[in-house]
Amino acid sequence: MTKFKRVLGTAAALALLAGAAQAVELRFECAQDGNECDTMNAIFQKFTAQHPDITVKMDLVPYKAILENLPVDLAGGAGPDLAKVTDLGGLHKYYLDLTPYVNKDEWEKSFGKTLDWYRAGPDDHGIYGIQTQLTITGGFINKTLFDQAKVAIPGPGATWDDWAKASVAVAKATGTKYPMAMDRTGHRFAGMAMPYGATYFDDKGNPELGDPGFVAAAKQFVAWNQDGTMDKNVWAAQGGATYADASKEFINGDLVFYYSGSWQVQKFASQIGDGFDWEVIPAPCGPAGAGHCSGMPGGSGVVGFKSTKHPKEVAQLLDFLAQQDNYATLEAKSLNIPAHAGVAAAGVKYEGASPAAAKALNAFAAQVPTLSPVAYAYQGYKNNRAMFNITVTRLTQAIVGELSLDAALARMKDDLAQALAAAK
Amino acid sequence: MLKLITPVMQVVEWPMRALQRVLGPRRLAWAFLAPNLVLFSLFAFLPVILNFVYSATGSDHILLRDRPYVGAQNFAELLNCQSYTDPNSCRIDVFWRAVWNTVTFVALQVTFMVVFSLLTALILNRKIRARGFFRAVFFFPVLLSPVVVALVWKWMLQDQGLLNATLQNLGFGTVNWLLSPGWAFGWSVFISVWAHMGFYTLILLAGLQAIPRDVYEAAAMDAAGPWRVFRRITLPLLMPTMVVVLVLALIKGVQTFDEVYAFTGGGPGSATTLVIQYIYQTGFAGTPRLFGLASAASILVALVLVGLTAVQLWLTRRNANG
Repeated sequence: MTKFKRVLGTAAALALLAGAAQAVELRFECAQDGNECDTMNAIFQKFTAQHPDITVKMDLVPYKAILENLPVDLAGGAGPDLAKVTDLGGLHKYYLDLTPYVNKDEWEKSFGKTLDWYRAGPDDHGIYGIQTQLTITGGFINKTLFDQAKVAIPGPGATWDDWAKASVAVAKATGTKYPMAMDRTGHRFAGMAMPYGATYFDDKGNPELGDPGFVAAAKQFVAWNQDGTMDKNVWAAQGGATYADASKEFINGDLVFYYSGSWQVQKFASQIGDGFDWEVIPAPCGPAGAGHCSGMPGGSGVVGFKSTKHPKEVAQLLDFLAQQDNYATLEAKSLNIPAHAGVAAAGVKYEGASPAAAKALNAFAAQVPTLSPVAYAYQGYKNNRAMFNITVTRLTQAIVGELSLDAALARMKDDLAQALAAAK
Repeated sequence: MLKLITPVMQVVEWPMRALQRVLGPRRLAWAFLAPNLVLFSLFAFLPVILNFVYSATGSDHILLRDRPYVGAQNFAELLNCQSYTDPNSCRIDVFWRAVWNTVTFVALQVTFMVVFSLLTALILNRKIRARGFFRAVFFFPVLLSPVVVALVWKWMLQDQGLLNATLQNLGFGTVNWLLSPGWAFGWSVFISVWAHMGFYTLILLAGLQAIPRDVYEAAAMDAAGPWRVFRRITLPLLMPTMVVVLVLALIKGVQTFDEVYAFTGGGPGSATTLVIQYIYQTGFAGTPRLFGLASAASILVALVLVGLTAVQLWLTRRNANG
């Protein structure tokens, strides 16, 4: 009997060990933006229910860790299996190509143009990531302040200059502290530069920060910061390329016009509540004319890394997330604009969105078809983050008077050359 | 206790004796040192060597096998200036802005630190009421995380912060403290002094208490005034401690990063960007990550710190030798 028990015990232990050896745990690094990570986690639980041998351990990290620590971890071979990233092209060299594991045609049909943002260039046809959050930069206005000031809201086709004049008039009439503000990033600045005619690439397709449209926008932006049209605290009170925004000022009713993006909708809906009426405006135009009224697309996506020991399982998980019903759930609960053609065509029934939030999300979604080709090209360019950072650092120096605008533009050119040389 | 230790020692004794027989008494010492040496080499020497290697390589790759050798190019870029006093004439202008910011910061911070620490130590050395309480109060900021210190002060000094709200309530105009390069820099120095003063005060207090009382009693019998006592007795006898405080404050000042970075982010523009922040941003927070340039900059800073440490050692030995 004792011998039998011993054999039974050994068999049970071996079975347990074998089970443990087959189980796969995937590490997913996620920076919470609203409830996106939580929603994804719920979808991953559903995946695990269908694939009991694959579990997903979600590490919630600050956004700064995704920007600064993740690239270093990946370079050192110590990255997670998957992550939600925003430097879509910049991290390309670490991405796992999902092509051998997924239905490529289906992914191409569903995610179209956004797949290019993860690729190395035009010759790369791999499948690397799923755009979970399609964002568009755009303007928000405090409608209540416009009403109180009895200033007409500029209509479709209004230029940046029209919005600046109107915002200043509203701020003056209502005693509001700041007429305008823009997030401190080169990505948001591009949303202003394109209507001024910025192309960001020369005729040969080489990146540049100094075309006439870019210079005109830079000149106007610096002037608006210096004369108080723009809230100078956002750009000038920081150093380097540190990100800063003015969402707090907008929520507090201290700001008339705020240029940020669609990811703010959920926050505004929950934090402003019925404090005042706010709305999303059409993409402001500029001297370049009607075809250039465009925000910048962007957002975040989930990618797998080639350093993973479980490429097949990573691909399975991403393929599951990309399925139309799962993707629709993610977008509906996290209040994001869908990048999946099927989901976009079917429309998203946003769960728990207030009427203001739903209206704002629809306003942003309506801008997707009118995005400028320059915007897609700039967003898809692998070194765009270097260009964003250079723009922020040098424009800030011009705003605070450390450099003249001409000197700042000359420095941008040098910095870009240095960055491109290093990134080869 | 001895009853417990003796059997343990008897267990250890046999292998130790065997080891000594094999290695000999001189080599045995190295065997004892080996674990510490291995750790020290791994976490101190190796990073220093790697830093030199990185400084001689380029690109944004982190693995050395992917990084091309560029010789002294990173140093040449950093030192490429028409005039070192004018950052605008330098190829890497932000580095030189950071260098000059650091020089100014250290000069102001160390001066104020030493002066205020000394004054505080002198006051706390007197028999005042609630002396223990005040000593704790002055030391308390030292216990706080630099990031907490920075965030608390930022909350008070931001445009719509506590200080401006107070000024407004009192009928004064407000100042955008963090938007003015001069004010932002001044507050950075102040906060740094406030946060670290307690540590140096404690050292000086210990120095003051080590001065023999009979010297003061003799001075009192000779009817020496307080200023004369301070100038002729306290200051000379406190000088060895003052030198230690001065050099420690200098080294710490050059290394300042976290609290100023969390307080101003280096802004407005680059008005409060210090050299360590430049290294961090170039190597880790920028895109692309210029590890080579950051390593070269850190070697230049290390040379300055080695110089300051040598001065400290020389002064300490000179004081020790009378």
